[in-house]
Amino acid sequence: MSNAGNPAVTEGLAHSDPAKAPRVRTGRSRAGQVNGMSRGQNILRYVVLSIGALLFLFPFYYMVIGSLQTAPDPTIAGAFPNPANITGQNYVDINSRINLFQGLVNSGIFAGGVILCTVVFGVLVGYALAQLEWRGRGVTFGLMLLVQVIPFQLLMIPLYVMIARDYGLADSYAGMILPFAINSTAVLVFRQYFLQVPKALFDAARIDGAGELKILWSIALPLVRPALLTVVLLTFIGPWNEFLWPFLITKEASLQPLAVSLANYLTNVAGTASNPIGAVLAGACVLAAPMVLLFIIFQRHFVSSDIGSGVKG
Amino acid sequence: MSATVSSGSVTPSSAARPAKPGGGGPRRGRRRRVLGRNPLGLVLSAPYLIFVLLVFAYPLVFAFYMSFHDYFFAAPGAVVDRPFVGLENFQEVLTDPAIIRSFGNVGIFLLINVPLTVVLSLVLATALNKIVRARTFLRVSFYVPYVTASVAVVVVWLFLFSSNGLISQILGPLAPDPAWLINPLLAMPTIAIFVTWKQMGFFILLYLAALQNVSDELYEAAATDGAGKIRMFFSITVPGVRPATVLVLLLATVTGANLFTEPYLLTGGGGPNGASSSPVLIMYQRGIEQGEPGIAAAIGVILVIGVLILAFIQRKLAGGDES
Repeated sequence: MSNAGNPAVTEGLAHSDPAKAPRVRTGRSRAGQVNGMSRGQNILRYVVLSIGALLFLFPFYYMVIGSLQTAPDPTIAGAFPNPANITGQNYVDINSRINLFQGLVNSGIFAGGVILCTVVFGVLVGYALAQLEWRGRGVTFGLMLLVQVIPFQLLMIPLYVMIARDYGLADSYAGMILPFAINSTAVLVFRQYFLQVPKALFDAARIDGAGELKILWSIALPLVRPALLTVVLLTFIGPWNEFLWPFLITKEASLQPLAVSLANYLTNVAGTASNPIGAVLAGACVLAAPMVLLFIIFQRHFVSSDIGSGVKG
Repeated sequence: MSATVSSGSVTPSSAARPAKPGGGGPRRGRRRRVLGRNPLGLVLSAPYLIFVLLVFAYPLVFAFYMSFHDYFFAAPGAVVDRPFVGLENFQEVLTDPAIIRSFGNVGIFLLINVPLTVVLSLVLATALNKIVRARTFLRVSFYVPYVTASVAVVVVWLFLFSSNGLISQILGPLAPDPAWLINPLLAMPTIAIFVTWKQMGFFILLYLAALQNVSDELYEAAATDGAGKIRMFFSITVPGVRPATVLVLLLATVTGANLFTEPYLLTGGGGPNGASSSPVLIMYQRGIEQGEPGIAAAIGVILVIGVLILAFIQRKLAGGDES
């Protein structure tokens, strides 16, 4: 967990990942200490990690290569393609079967709606849980932990009956967003950040006569700004990658997120394209690219201390 | 409002606990006793509480209700009789060989996925924790599958593991016949390995966080006493991250119970011949495609009970209290 126990709490908050700096330092000192006797172990570590990285990254490389080839080439040589065999035709093909742009927009609206609800309502609960004392706080916190271990799929049938049939929200963005609206892990991250704000700060504002809402708006919110990006990234993964729920709730192609339309293409009509595997791989690249790029750009906000504390509470 | 300003040192844990009663003075006693010191907290939490009631609590109760009734879809607003049938749905579920098989498949999945996940993610996290160079690159490459949509990576695996795909080409004569995903013995293990690969980044992240809590002094003391690296790993690291292991076990089990996208897409709906079907896949087929939500709800209830039992056993075996 983040080391907010030290006196410079507010400084730690301004920094997005306070746990990182000391960690790097210990790593270095240990490496120095073992240098003489166990350089071999360090090499072994890199060998293990590199093999791991290769296994984790190769399918992505293969996805991109496969999406650019005129004809599918599953041989070993096919992994190192001939430049003459490179084409963008697969992207054109898949785009003529499923509207990639519309799919991306739908995925974006789905994820955006979830992020908006999570940030707005999550900040409020996170603040209430960390800094206010009210009856039911313990119960609410317990619920938040419990909710994270209830497998969503088990609620799928009743939720489908409620949302699609009783509320008539099938084939609508609201129906897609509702079950994911507030991400409990994100709420826990907010709570964790608010816990790091010294209580004396709020008490001083109260003595000065500030109202509770004023305190929330002008003191608490600016202080958790570093948590915002972490929460947005964390929340984004769920709906962008979610398949089962939007698949159940949207039958109309123009409303389907890209993951759903791509899966439907894969199961139904893949046989009709000239290079079906290439076309599906091209669609897969389009689906994967935004998430992977965002994650690589903002990877330092996706640090272990934030997520770990979020999950463990 | 006369606040209780505690002494200078503010630690987050002490700030988290409710202030001791009697700190606020007796004047606003009653309202404070009923709602707490800051009733605003309840107002701020109301949207979340409503959300939890609507999307978790009510459907959970509804699922139990459905599983004991002859539930069927009707036009919205229509008043229909859905008779109470007692344990009939459960009886049907527990005597249907296809459903029994899907639970067995989850068992196979868990036997492969859970140990593989725990061991590999702990080893990779430990190695990652101690290196300095290329740390970010390696960390990112491990997380990339986790943040990518299942649907997108499933497509690549289909290509890699197809009958004449790259994996079979590399293995040459050693490649299984029929190929991985259409082989009744290998379909489920292949799915288990796919999910291990897909989820491992998240579990590495959890272990990395847990490793920060293992004191360096323990390692130094052990080194002074002449313990080797392997001894240290088993005697300090493994017990040190036990709370995380309990969590990883639980989350990996829940992931296994939730299996849907992979059998639906990788093996074309649980094939070959049900060898890779999962309970959630059957819930979808029976509940929504065939319009028998009562059966689907009963499968769900059994699955929840199964997960709870497994979680309880794992907790006992791993023996960790939540830190």
